[in-house]
Amino acid sequence: MTRALAMPVPPAGADFIGIAGERAICDRRGVLYFPELRLLAVSDLHLEKGSSLARRGTLIPPYDTGATLLRLQAVIADYQPAIVISLGDSFHDGGGAARMHSSFRERLEGLMVGRDWFWVAGNHDPDAPADLPGETVRELAIGSLLFRHEPSAVRVEGEVAGHLHPCARIVQQGRSVRRRCFAGDGDRMIMPAFGAYTGSLNVLDRAYAGLFRRETLMAYMLGAERIFAISHAMLRPG
Amino acid sequence: MTEQPRLAKQNAAVHLPEPFLRWFAEKGWSPRAHQIELLATAQAGQSVLLIAPTGAGKTLAGFLPSLTELAGRPRKKPGQARRGIHTLYISPLKALAVDIERNLGKPVEEIGLPVTIETRTGDTPAHKRQRQKLAPPDILLTTPEQLALLIAAPDARRFFEDLHYVVLDELHSLVTSKRGHLLSLGLARLRSFVPGLQTIGLSATVAEPDELRRWLVSQNPPGGMAELIVVTGGAKPEISILDSEERVPWAGHSARYATPEIYSEIKRHKTTLLFVNTRSQAELLFQELWRVNEDTLPIALHHGSLDVAQRRRVEKAMGENALRAIVATSTLDLGIDWGDVDLVVHVGAPKGASRLAQRIGRANHRMDEPSKAILIPANRFEVLECRAALDANYLGAQDTPPLVNGGLDVLAQHVLGCACGAPFLADTLFEEVRTAAPYASLDRPTFDRVVDFVATGGYALKNYERYARIRLTKDGLWRVSNPRIAQQYRLNVGTIIEVPALNVRYIKAGSKGSASRGGRVLGKIEEAFLETLTHGDTFMFAGKVLRFEGIRENECFVSNALGIDAKVPYYGGGKFPLSTYLAEQVRIMLDDPLRWKKLPEQVADWLRFQADKSVLPKRDDLLIETFPRGNRHYLVAYPFEGRLAHQTLGMLLTRRLDRTGARPLGFVATDYALAIWSLADMGRMFRAKKPSLSELFDQDMLGDDLEAWLAGSWLLKRTFRNCALISGLIEKRHPGQEKSGRQVTVSTDLIYDVLRSHEPDHILLQATRADAATGLLDVSRLAEMLSRIQGRIVHKNLEQISPLAVPIMLEIGKMPVHGEADDTLLMDAATLVEEAMGTK
Repeated sequence: MTRALAMPVPPAGADFIGIAGERAICDRRGVLYFPELRLLAVSDLHLEKGSSLARRGTLIPPYDTGATLLRLQAVIADYQPAIVISLGDSFHDGGGAARMHSSFRERLEGLMVGRDWFWVAGNHDPDAPADLPGETVRELAIGSLLFRHEPSAVRVEGEVAGHLHPCARIVQQGRSVRRRCFAGDGDRMIMPAFGAYTGSLNVLDRAYAGLFRRETLMAYMLGAERIFAISHAMLRPG
Repeated sequence: MTEQPRLAKQNAAVHLPEPFLRWFAEKGWSPRAHQIELLATAQAGQSVLLIAPTGAGKTLAGFLPSLTELAGRPRKKPGQARRGIHTLYISPLKALAVDIERNLGKPVEEIGLPVTIETRTGDTPAHKRQRQKLAPPDILLTTPEQLALLIAAPDARRFFEDLHYVVLDELHSLVTSKRGHLLSLGLARLRSFVPGLQTIGLSATVAEPDELRRWLVSQNPPGGMAELIVVTGGAKPEISILDSEERVPWAGHSARYATPEIYSEIKRHKTTLLFVNTRSQAELLFQELWRVNEDTLPIALHHGSLDVAQRRRVEKAMGENALRAIVATSTLDLGIDWGDVDLVVHVGAPKGASRLAQRIGRANHRMDEPSKAILIPANRFEVLECRAALDANYLGAQDTPPLVNGGLDVLAQHVLGCACGAPFLADTLFEEVRTAAPYASLDRPTFDRVVDFVATGGYALKNYERYARIRLTKDGLWRVSNPRIAQQYRLNVGTIIEVPALNVRYIKAGSKGSASRGGRVLGKIEEAFLETLTHGDTFMFAGKVLRFEGIRENECFVSNALGIDAKVPYYGGGKFPLSTYLAEQVRIMLDDPLRWKKLPEQVADWLRFQADKSVLPKRDDLLIETFPRGNRHYLVAYPFEGRLAHQTLGMLLTRRLDRTGARPLGFVATDYALAIWSLADMGRMFRAKKPSLSELFDQDMLGDDLEAWLAGSWLLKRTFRNCALISGLIEKRHPGQEKSGRQVTVSTDLIYDVLRSHEPDHILLQATRADAATGLLDVSRLAEMLSRIQGRIVHKNLEQISPLAVPIMLEIGKMPVHGEADDTLLMDAATLVEEAMGTK
């Protein structure tokens, strides 16, 4: 799949991969960067998940939005993208943007300055976030790529989606390792959830049935220092 | 002893009402001295602690004050106001409550007492609970969790207004856990409802009875204690250590070498109770025994992971004396009917002298007859430990753990519970909480932070005011903000956290999980173990060798298999560390060659070889050996402080050694020793004092190094999860849905990471660190050891491995390596792919 081009060296811990012929850097922090397009994609930020749960009496620490934005700030500083696509479920619920602490709002707006910012609508946040710049879209086609929140049931070449929060598990030497991952078969890519409080679902779960060509499915597992490309045969359910 | 019965008889006439005396006489019994003494103490208005061995008639003693009082009460006339609960009985086990109902019912019926007795446990149907609220029994038998629920009900004060006594059974086992903390707070609440409330604690022998005496009464004024009655004596148990014909292994825990000898003991006795320390050992021993069970004797298996129905069947068979032997993990796992056990076999070292005494106490119901017990050490160090425990048991030494301060997570749960019951004043509740012994030293700022935590999470970032669970109203009272909070509280009450586990269910071999609905459930196995299995792997469980067929939702499917290399599930937390007392006894024994005569010859020889090749540690010294082996350099230390403290020490020492350039590669810890291996020659480094051993073992390792290591440690994450669940930060259960263990695990780990980086001083992190220090890390014990060995480190730089080092060296590579599953495993997997794909 990968085009045989002279590649620039990806940043430490990142790997080049191909999606429908487009070249992307698969970053261990859970973002995709398309150097030719100067485009950064991030998925399932689930901002204000903490306060969303707090409304129902579960008072988990209110620092998730801050933590998520700090990590986002770091990748944006590294890649300096011209375009940022937030692939849906950017906020944990429709009222999330309105509840956001003013300091976090300012930090987020600061990140948006000087770039095109797209909020792809997700199931948690179908409408545009309140009082925030950026353009809200159902889906977005750029080059041979199609960015949407939920992966389509039928195979779409070049689709980049989120929603499922993929993780993968392997067993080595009698020990089990589970990590968030990018899941891709060369044609389609499903991104890991980026938010600080987001859980994950194994790529072998029934929810992914029919989304990938099994034989070329790879899980790009997020390590502490780098990405680990693990083939389908080594993956375990659970 | 001879005078006591006569004295008791005289006193009995004074304190026991006539119908009771007649009943005793009809039975041909006479009341025991301690039963009358306890009755007299209670009649004088005092709370009391009764310490007595099994079979001393503790239960009847505990209920005599209630029964005699209830017997003298005028009958209730029709139309008269209802009478509330008179006596509350609390035990750690549901089964025990049920059993007491049966046993107490008998004398009540025979004496003809107008007393109603009922149980209330998690299994009690809702309509019966409702009825109990309207028409309470005189005596209610229940568990700590049910008490917490009762006091969180809006009618609690009225429900308990007639309460006279609280009887607390198995107090020694209750007080050492968070359940005990919650119970102590519940008691404090009951005392505030009924100021004259009397408590009666029933306990096995403990090291510090005064701690329990304080626990039973209000600590306002500070230091108050319940009266104490101690029943000594009972026949001295006949304990021996198996003097095996076989070679005692250097290392390992299976005691497989002794199987034929254990089997012949089973054949020689009527019923044998075999205790082991872990569930894994239970599975192994059971398999081994059946392998040699030529006479197909009825030998059964019993541990806490087995299906309840299966356990009940085994207990029933045991009660009917239909079994010849039972392999069991702990007395608390077992039900109550003991049958005629005439031999206790303890496989593996007992790890504590008190534990040994309590287990052996199970062998015989009649305290006047000696119990018979055999200890089977699984390896050579355990021979030393068994010998030390045996000497201690004869001396009556006690080494139950000291009580720790009450957990703040438990307090948070209680505060919310109190608010669910009735609005509270912070000042009043603070004073009330401090009457509970575990919280006697709680300071006001900490209490206020706990209340703040319950209200809004207690975060520095004040974002959740509008979502507060409890609110301070104008009248100065804290109130629950809405009824849903109370409903959620009731679903999450208690301090017992279950490890994520899956049902193990039979299906036909080779069939796909989805194709068949499956057969019966064998029990539950921890998810962490199942995750390491692949389709087709075999493992031992429920006394069978099983084939892993797959996981579907909350079930693990298995089929029967033949397996020689079957794995044994590893159960976390099932293993007790060596007690401080026993550790010291082992050190003393090593230091005293005269005492080696009592040891089996092969073990004494081993120690003599050690004296010859290296040196034996003096009782207060720390021996450290260094030697090369293969292309590695080894450091072996012998602190004898238990596995948990050694693991912590190992983590900290490897960090330090790494900084000094020793290039450590790994370590392994047992109850007795710690081994670290490295690339650099540590022996030479120590001799050149770069670093010196006293620098390396300096107490300051418990400062920054500990903090730094702890921060990212999985141990702390696991502890945090428990604190988060108990404190009510995260719900164990939500109305209408049960969270699976994994969902909770994932989220608490993420929450931990976020909280630690944004508010490291948050009260829940404080509670987590305090727990870890006494629990999984055993920092307190490590601290004592580091201070004890200052200036007393003995270094032996050897050419080769010493005899004493052999056991721990054999553990290298055998023990499961704990810790975060790290990236190196991912690296291995990724490399395999690269190689296979030819992209490397």
